[in-house]
Amino acid sequence: MPDNGASQAKPAPTTTNGVAAESRRQRVRMLISALGMLPVLLILCIGFHFLSEGRFFTGQNLGIVLQQAAVNTVLAAGMTFVILTGGIDLSVGSILAASAMAGLTLSKMPELGMLWLPAALLTGLGFGVVNGALIALLRLPPFIVTLGSLTAVRGLARLLGADTTVFNPSIPYAFIGNGSLTLIPGVASIPWLSVIALFVIFVSWLVLRRTVLGVHIYAVGGNESAARLAGIKVWAVLIFVYGVSGLFAGLGGAMQAARLYAANGLQLGQSYELDAITAVILGGTSFVGGIGSIWGTLVGALIIAVLSNGLILIGVSDIWQYVIKGLVIIGAVALDRYRLQGSART
Amino acid sequence: MNDPILEMRGVSKSFFGIKALRAVDLTVYAGEIHALMGENGAGKSTLMKILSGAYRPDPGGEIRIEGNPVRIEGPLGGRAAGISIIYQELSLAPNLSVAENIYLGREMSRAGLLARGAMREGVGPILRRLGADFLPSTLVAHLSMGQRQLVEIARALHARSKILIMDEPTTSLSAAESERLFALVRQLRAEGLAIIYISHRMDEVYALGDRVTVLRDGRLVGSLDKPEIRADTIVRMMVGRDVSSFYKKDHDPEAGRGHPVLAAIDMADGRRVKGCSLTVHASEVVGLAGLIGAGRTELAHLIIGAAPRTSGQLELEGRPVEIRTPGEALEAGIAYLTEDRKALGLFLDMSCLDNINLAVLGRDAKLGWVLDRDKARERADRAFAGLSIRAANVGVPAGGLSGGNQQKVLLSRLLAIAPKVLILDEPTRGVDVGAKSEIYSIIDNLAKTGTAILVISSDLPEIIGICDRVVVMRAGHIAGEVSRGPHSPLAQEDIMALATGMEHLDA
Repeated sequence: MPDNGASQAKPAPTTTNGVAAESRRQRVRMLISALGMLPVLLILCIGFHFLSEGRFFTGQNLGIVLQQAAVNTVLAAGMTFVILTGGIDLSVGSILAASAMAGLTLSKMPELGMLWLPAALLTGLGFGVVNGALIALLRLPPFIVTLGSLTAVRGLARLLGADTTVFNPSIPYAFIGNGSLTLIPGVASIPWLSVIALFVIFVSWLVLRRTVLGVHIYAVGGNESAARLAGIKVWAVLIFVYGVSGLFAGLGGAMQAARLYAANGLQLGQSYELDAITAVILGGTSFVGGIGSIWGTLVGALIIAVLSNGLILIGVSDIWQYVIKGLVIIGAVALDRYRLQGSART
Repeated sequence: MNDPILEMRGVSKSFFGIKALRAVDLTVYAGEIHALMGENGAGKSTLMKILSGAYRPDPGGEIRIEGNPVRIEGPLGGRAAGISIIYQELSLAPNLSVAENIYLGREMSRAGLLARGAMREGVGPILRRLGADFLPSTLVAHLSMGQRQLVEIARALHARSKILIMDEPTTSLSAAESERLFALVRQLRAEGLAIIYISHRMDEVYALGDRVTVLRDGRLVGSLDKPEIRADTIVRMMVGRDVSSFYKKDHDPEAGRGHPVLAAIDMADGRRVKGCSLTVHASEVVGLAGLIGAGRTELAHLIIGAAPRTSGQLELEGRPVEIRTPGEALEAGIAYLTEDRKALGLFLDMSCLDNINLAVLGRDAKLGWVLDRDKARERADRAFAGLSIRAANVGVPAGGLSGGNQQKVLLSRLLAIAPKVLILDEPTRGVDVGAKSEIYSIIDNLAKTGTAILVISSDLPEIIGICDRVVVMRAGHIAGEVSRGPHSPLAQEDIMALATGMEHLDA
């Protein structure tokens, strides 16, 4: 039978020698895929350091890079959950705006002001769960559902502020947007925004790698039909991942609101989803799901932030920054494909 | 008789060193319906794919059409040589019209624009000749299965094919549609076409066949002319081989058979399964035999709740149970090994460790949701040792293992829940001989420890070798049951007769 033949084409190594060699090859392959884009990030950093005559690796500049990467890192973490299941969430920029608007509006109410932060998070979670429910229960394609909510939620965000910019110079918890956590007094401190982003990455890692749900997320992305037959509640996993993506977008909205003391439903978060998706893809997560890691996403988000920062440092014009960023993204992923040729699918 | 239109001499085909066809001869004349029969995997499809150009035969054989040697290459090679094939799964584009489908790949154009009107007129005469009751402009999506087959035939005639190969054309047709198809096939024979008719069904072969050629294990067994066509002769030709000692069955069905564990009563899905009941006892291995498309996998899917059922109920150890999803089946202790381990079973990119533990992660977890990695590792190590799974370590992705080892990984996942009922769908498909006999021992050991096992298999010697009792399905129904007598083994002939429906014809 033909199918017999095909599956016998790769016999298992039988000798102990073969097993050892295979094991070594396997370890090298695992190392390469674990490192992922990290070398690219380091090369970029060093390159910019020399091109900018030593202005990149300074405490102040690194602080700026981390702060600029923070919101995108949080969005990209949520996007990683979604893309690991083989889906996509195009609505995170709009959800971010709506959450920031909801939070800021509430923060201006004297007796409820302190509740603005949970309100922003819940707004994001709510939109995310709606996305998830439409995708999981009505079996609609994620691209279509989140493309729809990209537009609809943007409209709601404008509606929340009556299409104006909402200000609150005395917003509670403003420190998370502009303060820093002092590590060694007078020597080292780290912006709260970055602390939050790193915490989000850590929690995401815990969920993805240390919980039952994490394995189920990888399983749904790897083979949805097999997951269903294996007794996994695929619908619950899908609602969870879109819920997480919405929640993190809500958190991103809160971070932006605290940083700017203001939000505008029309402008805030425009095309943030593209940067988030780019970070995930740069991080080596498979677009069809099932393969990828949250650490890769962190590296991807940092690459984007380093590129923006470095190009400004060396004085490249705004227009050329777009062109160069776009080409670097394509080049980096092309390099990745070439490197991993044969060992993984797209 | 006149000169043959198609002659195949010594045609062989091997895949990765396995001979799928061994020096097969086939002679077909114009104006005859030539039935091609054989068990699943006997080489019929391979032979057909060589004629269509999908496979290239091994060097050494010869194919002549109207006396001239030909080389059939590429997907259009068959058509160029005057051969058209109508596959079981029809190959029409449902989003295009009848005329567009018939002209597919050879569209007519006028000044670079598609000449839709001319194409519609062009197919008119052929459709009228075939007695079609639809227009050339109808979308194929709106046609019934029988009408779609007509479009396929029209496409073959339009390509001026002289040889028409039909692969189990009636599997998806209603009785009335089948009758119409038979009339049409006879009309085409009268018009001088040569028709190679592949079928498992004896009644069709009786009704249509002028000659029958039987294949077994990739070899030509022989050909029969019309007067010699008899069900018992054909069955003997299709089966004829010894059951080797390679199958392991130590558990004693007489002594060991326990209480009924799984009882499926009147299961139906309204399409492929039409009211099936069966019972499996503790320590019993029951075979579920039948031809491809008889509804065996569909029945298994109904039992585990993977497909919605329109009627039927399940009893587990005498108590009715309600199972709506595969997850509920696992909780109840019913595990199902899929026939398609790559598409429906394994997670090829995930480690063997995760694949093995997937079904029990929740049960093992600390605090309800934190993975217990030590327990998982221990379980995977135990599975590797117990089932002798050969891979570098438990952390390698399951996709890199050989077929047999993949199957054992998947089996370990099911065994991790310590099932009461184990349903194995083609457990040794795509598995090498060594792993096969290991899987048979695993099944035997499970039966000894009281598991109720249902084995779906198209491999008759396997069913006979490992099962205590065989339930046979045909066209969505339970056609009958074959039991092992105190001194007589299960008979392949009895199973085959039930599966093909020959038991009525010879009676």
